[in-house]
Amino acid sequence: MAIFSNEELQEFTELQKRYGKPAATLLPVLWRIQEKRGWIDSDAMEEAAAICQVPKSHVEGVVQFYTMFFDKPMGRFHVQVCTNVSCMLRGGEELYNHVRQQLGIENHGRTENGIFSLEEVECMGACGGAPMMALNDTFYECVTTEEASKVLAETQRAGVNPKPKFVAQLPELSEAANR
Amino acid sequence: MADSPKLILPDVPGLRNIETYMQHGGYGETLRKVFTMSPTAVTDEVKKSGLRGRGGAAFPTGLKWSFMPKGNEKKKYLLVNGDESEPGSFKDRQIFEFNPHQMIEGILIASYAMQIDHAYIYIRGEYEHWIKMVRQAVAEAYDRGVVGPRMKDTFKPSGDGIAYSVDITVHKGAGAYIVGEETAMMSSLEGDRGYPRVKPPFPAASGLWHSPTTINNIETLANVPVILKMGGDAYSKIGDPKHPGTLLFGVSGHVNKPGVYELPTGTTLLDIINKHAGGVPGGKKIKMVIPGGSSMPPLRGEQLEGVKMDAENLKAAGSAIGTGGIMVMDEDTDIIKVLTRISKFYAHESCGQCTPCREGTGWLLKILQRFEQGNAREEDIDLLHDVAFNIEGRTICALGEAAAWPVRFTVERFREVFEQRVKPGLKIGSPNRVHALRKGGLEPVQIHVPMVERV
Ligand SMILES: Cc1cc2nc3c(=O)[nH]c(=O)nc-3n(C[C@H](O)[C@H](O)[C@H](O)COP(=O)(O)O)c2cc1C
Ligand code: SF4
Ligand code: FES
Repeated sequence: MAIFSNEELQEFTELQKRYGKPAATLLPVLWRIQEKRGWIDSDAMEEAAAICQVPKSHVEGVVQFYTMFFDKPMGRFHVQVCTNVSCMLRGGEELYNHVRQQLGIENHGRTENGIFSLEEVECMGACGGAPMMALNDTFYECVTTEEASKVLAETQRAGVNPKPKFVAQLPELSEAANR
Repeated sequence: MADSPKLILPDVPGLRNIETYMQHGGYGETLRKVFTMSPTAVTDEVKKSGLRGRGGAAFPTGLKWSFMPKGNEKKKYLLVNGDESEPGSFKDRQIFEFNPHQMIEGILIASYAMQIDHAYIYIRGEYEHWIKMVRQAVAEAYDRGVVGPRMKDTFKPSGDGIAYSVDITVHKGAGAYIVGEETAMMSSLEGDRGYPRVKPPFPAASGLWHSPTTINNIETLANVPVILKMGGDAYSKIGDPKHPGTLLFGVSGHVNKPGVYELPTGTTLLDIINKHAGGVPGGKKIKMVIPGGSSMPPLRGEQLEGVKMDAENLKAAGSAIGTGGIMVMDEDTDIIKVLTRISKFYAHESCGQCTPCREGTGWLLKILQRFEQGNAREEDIDLLHDVAFNIEGRTICALGEAAAWPVRFTVERFREVFEQRVKPGLKIGSPNRVHALRKGGLEPVQIHVPMVERV
C-alpha cells in the first residue's frame, strides 16, 4: 500500500466527483501509478482497486486490455516504432528493424541497463510524418535510420531524449491544465 | 484552389491561445446568440446545415442530436471522440494542436442543444502531448468563465434565454483501437475494459452509466460554431450538397507532401493527391488508394478518375469516406504485404467477444501470410474472399466490417495480384519505401497546415 499520499488520494476523490462513479477513475489512477513506478505491479493493482472500489481481478483485466499499461518493468525510455501501412510505405519496417538491431532487443524487450525497451506499435496518428518513432511521449516524425541512431545515442549519453526536429510546441502549462 | 474555405484550421497564427481565439470572435456573438435560441432551434440549425459526422459513418449530426430525450429528469452526457486510432488518420490531432477552442465551443453548443451538463473528451493515450494542449485549452476556458459554473454569469441571457452551464473533463485513453467504437468508449470511460456493447439500446437511450448519451467526433464538433455563425443554409452550400462543408483530409503514403489538407467535400481525389499533396514521388503511377482510413474498400489506380471525396460520391465509386485518411500506394507497392499488415492490425485489435471477428480476423491474417510467404494455393484466393464475406454483418460492432472490407475488396479488385502469387518461384517484393528518397533532397513536409511554426 501507500503509493499515494493523502493529498493525492484527495485529488482522486475530487476527480471522482467529475465522473459520478469511483470506478470511472480507474484509468486516471492507473496512469498515475505508471508515472510514479514505471509499471503496474500486483500491489499497485490492489491499491487502484481500493481507490476505485472495484475488485482487484477487474483491475488486472483492465491493465491487460490496454497496450499502454505495463505489467512488467520497461525501460526508462520506451521506444515505439510504427509499422502500420502509412509508415510501412515510407520505410517503417526498415526503421523498426534498424532500431531493434541497434538496441539488441526484441519486441517488448528491455536492454540490460534498463534504459530502453522496444515495441513495434500500431498507428500512432503520425501517418503524415511517416516513418515515425516515439520515445515515451515524444514523437519523432520523418526519421531516417541515421537520425534514429543519433536519437538513441544521445538519449543513452545524456539520460534525456533530444528534442525532435518537427515538434508540436507545447504552450506553457498552467497548474489547472491537469483539471 | 486559392479560395477553399478554411473553417476548421484557418490561417491564424497562435489561434490555440484563448486570447487570439477570442480576438477572432470565439466565445462571443455566436455563443451569446445560441444561448438566446431554444435548444431545438439550435439542433434545427445543425440539421439545416446538413452536417454529417466526421468519425467514420457520416451520420447526420442534427438528426443524431434529436434522438436525445428532451427534459431534465435524467442526467445526459456528451462523449467527444478523440480516439483517432484508425491507421491513416491524423486529422483530429491538428484540431487539438491548432484550434482546440473551436472544438470546445462546439462542445458548448452541442451540449446546450441537448441540455447536457457534462461532456467528456476522450483522447487516445498516445497523444499525451496533444492531451496536454487540450487540457490547457479547457483550463483557459474555465479561467475565463466560458466553460463551467461561471458560464451562467458570463453569458447572462437577455429576455427569455436559458441560463446554462456545462462542465468538460478530459479523459486519457490507454491504447486500444476498439475504444474508438462508440459503445466501447463508454465501457472504457466507465473504467471497464473497452468492449463494445450490443445495440440496441442505442446510446441516446442508454449510454454512459445507463444515461442518455451522444457521441460525436472532434472534427464534427469543431464544425458546429461555424454553422451557428454563418447559418445552416449558408453552410449547406459549401462543398457537395449531400455532404456539405469542408473535410480535413489526411494524406499519407506515396505522395511528395503528406499532411492534412482542409478542402470542401466533393474535391476530387486526384486533385487532392496531385495538386495539394504534391503528386507521387518520381511521377510514378498510382496502384491503389485507400480513401478513408485502413478499414475502407481500396480503389484501383485506374478507378480514380473523377472520384469525388464525400460520402455519397465515394459510395458510388465503390468505397466509403471513413475518416478521410487517404493512403496512396504507387505502382511498385506490394499490395499483399500491405493487406497482410492491415489484417495483422485488425487481428490484434479484435476484442474477441464475437466468434466471427475473433476467429475470422486471425484466419484472414493466416491466409494472407501464406500469400506473403509464397505458400498460398489457388483455392486460398476464394477462401480469403469467403472468410471476409462471412464476417460482415455477423458481429456486435463494425470492427468486423473494418477487418473484412479491405480484404474482400482487394481480392475483388486485384485478383490478378493474388493469382500471380500462387504461381511457384515468385519473387517477393517490399512495399516500396520512399523513405530513402529523403536523402535525395526531398523535403519532409510533416503536417501541412498553413500556420505551422516548427522549430
Ligand atoms: C472499430 C471502430 C473504431 C472507431 N474509431 C473511431 C475513432 O477513433 N474516432 C471517431 O471519432 N470515431 C470512431 N469510430 C466511430 C464511432 O463509433 C462513432 O460513430 C463516431 O465517433 C460518431 O461521431 P460522428 O457522428 O461525429 O461521426 C469507430 C468505429 C468503429 C466501429
Ligand atoms: S466485432 Fe470484433 S471488436 Fe467488435 S465486439 Fe465483436 S469481437 Fe469485439
Ligand atoms: S501508420 Fe504509422 S503513425 Fe499512422
